[in-house]
Amino acid sequence: MKRRVVITGVGVRAPGGNGTRQFWELLTSGRTATRRISFFDPSPYRSQVAAEADFDPVAEGFGPRELDRMDRASQFAVACAREAVAASGLEFDRLDPTRVGVSLGSAVAAATSLEREYLLLSDSGREWEVDADWLSRHMFDYLVPSVMPAEVAWAVGAEGPVAMVSNGCTSGLDSVGHAVRLIEEGSADVMLAGAADTPITPIVVACFDAIRATTSRNDDPEHASRPFDGTRDGFVLAEGAAMFVLEDYDSALARGAHIHAEIPGYATRCNAYHMTGLKADGREMAEAIRVALDESRTNATDIDYINAHGSGTRQNDRHETAAYKRALGDHARRTPVSSIKSMVGHSLGAIGSLEIAASVLALEHGVVPPTANLHTSDPECDLDYVPLEARERKLGTVLTVGSGFGGFQSAMVLRSAEAAGAVA
Amino acid sequence: MSILITGVGVVAPNGLGLEPYWAAVLAGRFGLGPVTRFDVSRYPATLAGQIDDFHAPDHVPGRLLPQTDPSTRLALTAAAWALQDAKADPESLTDYDMGVVTANACGGFDFTHREFRKLWTEGPKSVSVYESFAWFYAVNTGQISIRHGMRGPSSALVAEQAGGLDALAHARRTIRRGTPLVVSGGVDSALDPWGWVSQLAGGRVSTATDPARAYLPFDEQAAGYVPGEGGAILVLEDSAAAEARGRHETYGELAGCASTFDPAPGSGRPPGLERAIRLALTDAGLGPEDVDVVFADGAGVPELDAAEARAIGQVFGSHGVPVTVPKTTTGRLYSGGGPLDVVTALMSLREGVIPPTAGVRSVPQEYGIDLVLGESRTAPLRTALVLARGRWGFNSAVVLRRPEPTS
Repeated sequence: MKRRVVITGVGVRAPGGNGTRQFWELLTSGRTATRRISFFDPSPYRSQVAAEADFDPVAEGFGPRELDRMDRASQFAVACAREAVAASGLEFDRLDPTRVGVSLGSAVAAATSLEREYLLLSDSGREWEVDADWLSRHMFDYLVPSVMPAEVAWAVGAEGPVAMVSNGCTSGLDSVGHAVRLIEEGSADVMLAGAADTPITPIVVACFDAIRATTSRNDDPEHASRPFDGTRDGFVLAEGAAMFVLEDYDSALARGAHIHAEIPGYATRCNAYHMTGLKADGREMAEAIRVALDESRTNATDIDYINAHGSGTRQNDRHETAAYKRALGDHARRTPVSSIKSMVGHSLGAIGSLEIAASVLALEHGVVPPTANLHTSDPECDLDYVPLEARERKLGTVLTVGSGFGGFQSAMVLRSAEAAGAVA
Repeated sequence: MSILITGVGVVAPNGLGLEPYWAAVLAGRFGLGPVTRFDVSRYPATLAGQIDDFHAPDHVPGRLLPQTDPSTRLALTAAAWALQDAKADPESLTDYDMGVVTANACGGFDFTHREFRKLWTEGPKSVSVYESFAWFYAVNTGQISIRHGMRGPSSALVAEQAGGLDALAHARRTIRRGTPLVVSGGVDSALDPWGWVSQLAGGRVSTATDPARAYLPFDEQAAGYVPGEGGAILVLEDSAAAEARGRHETYGELAGCASTFDPAPGSGRPPGLERAIRLALTDAGLGPEDVDVVFADGAGVPELDAAEARAIGQVFGSHGVPVTVPKTTTGRLYSGGGPLDVVTALMSLREGVIPPTAGVRSVPQEYGIDLVLGESRTAPLRTALVLARGRWGFNSAVVLRRPEPTS
């Protein structure tokens, strides 16, 4: 029989909250962490809003050599990995390192460092044939981002399979899904899995400006991320990371670990339609949901809460609303659906893992985080999106979904420790 | 269930398409030369494996040209060739029954360099509407999926030069979980000036100027590698599904896969390549004695060559198996390197001939490996092992088997 996989440690670095506890406090307060971009002068850009994390790498314990070497996204990933490991109670130095793996997601990886090095090498863009005298010896690490999971592997002592899953905005769901597969099939016993992205840089802001995917509500940054709201006008770019300790259910139970949740099902599909566009019918996302439920041996009616992709673009909100109806039928109308992007923005490849963290915390606390800024109903979005205020509700099974450029549509089912039979 | 390779598409510096590539490899013909896309003379290294005979409009639909990096155009071409070669008509298959798993290392780097330049010289409004997806590492998976209507489980992996083998392993996993056909492999290219110096920053690129003596893995004069562009895309299928659609001819079986990671620097623990080899063999249900040829990673850096020779020796014994590195003729292709080696190994198995490690003349005795030098070597071949290592500690191994003779 295939091994069951559980989450026994969580680490989060997010806008408005470093650490799992602060993250959950933000999500249940209904406050938002979106603001006018402070990392650079955003005035030349169409979208000037982002959800920035107040991340202090020195306070995180990174030394001068690590600060020199590691891109910001790597620092986020390693900080989360350390938190997750400490929280898991698992003694990593007593594990067989060859049975420990890493699966890290990221969409744009070392974007921050690429931009910094580019400006030096090209003399602020003036030279096409860049000047190698200004070359950083770490530039190769920014060109080829698999250094990120390597940094996590070194930090935790992993020598099993180490992977970087880079599926754009579903990376954070797919990297955890990948880790689940590796444990199920026996390629590893413990996986550090999650995702990190720190894309708040001029090039990334400009490339979303170009396709008007991001908000231009620049005069009201705190209320700019408005998934499912009739007045939404695009997503809010964000940064962040979340990492998990995943292990096989039986060994977690045997060591008396605190089990946060089980991951009984995951699936991904592609829409093969358009690199950035979505059809309104939600067909492929619905298929991913259906397969994830099937793998979980869960009925649609068992879903107590849907943690939505909810990016706050009209095409997305319509697309996923259709997908839920298609996959869950009438039960979609009875199920609370909310988007944490309303509070922490859209951190591209990282957000899927942050949403898994939010789902896990929702299961543990019996609280559904709200969709902030949802005041105006949209006839195309007619489900219960949990506006403004968190809601207490006993949760046994949560569905979390992601949708991304390239056509990726992913879905994961999470089950509470109690529902998984791990609590007496 | 066995996982078969039923089609291949090759885009290599010494051959565009399987046949010219295979002929070049057998003859030891180099595809390396000075970079011609910019004035490379100002940089310390000048040689690369460039694909010079690829005219994108001949291969890629016109509407995709403005939105694709050179690496994606090559990947789209290789994928289309692989599907043709497999005689697989995506239109006749169910969309969810086909997936795409590619590896990538550099993303659409030439494309993104141009957009960085536009941003900083002309301002944000000049940035292309295609930049958001022409750059990212999932671009080849997404574009192949769209072009061929493939809606099954798909993914993109990054593990520097090891990623291409990891992609094939994940394609196999995807098929085992119920998706009958997966297009997989890897293609990279970063031969714009910024991409070029970024590769040099790694500190392992050869500064030699003679293409035949620049990338010399396992040679006593090894002094770095030559980077290249290209790679290979393969069609992998569940044997029963291939049979059911009447596809009886195959290149062989992807019989075993494994990936490991080296310990953190300074830990004093042993490196992971030997373990990857043993795990891949176990996964294939085979022993070292079953392996007829090893396609080595061949870093071209003395301490890395020594470490690989040691791992091979520990599994197979001194001079225990023929070893070859045909990629000396193409340069290291990052995510494309492993899949191209897999194609080379499949052709070797099919034809019973091991291509040489062109350029290498003298292997230090202490390496203890039987490196195929000079001429290709004829031998009855049933099983091949392909190795790839990615910078920072990634080790991947796959085991390939020749197709069973049809009864």
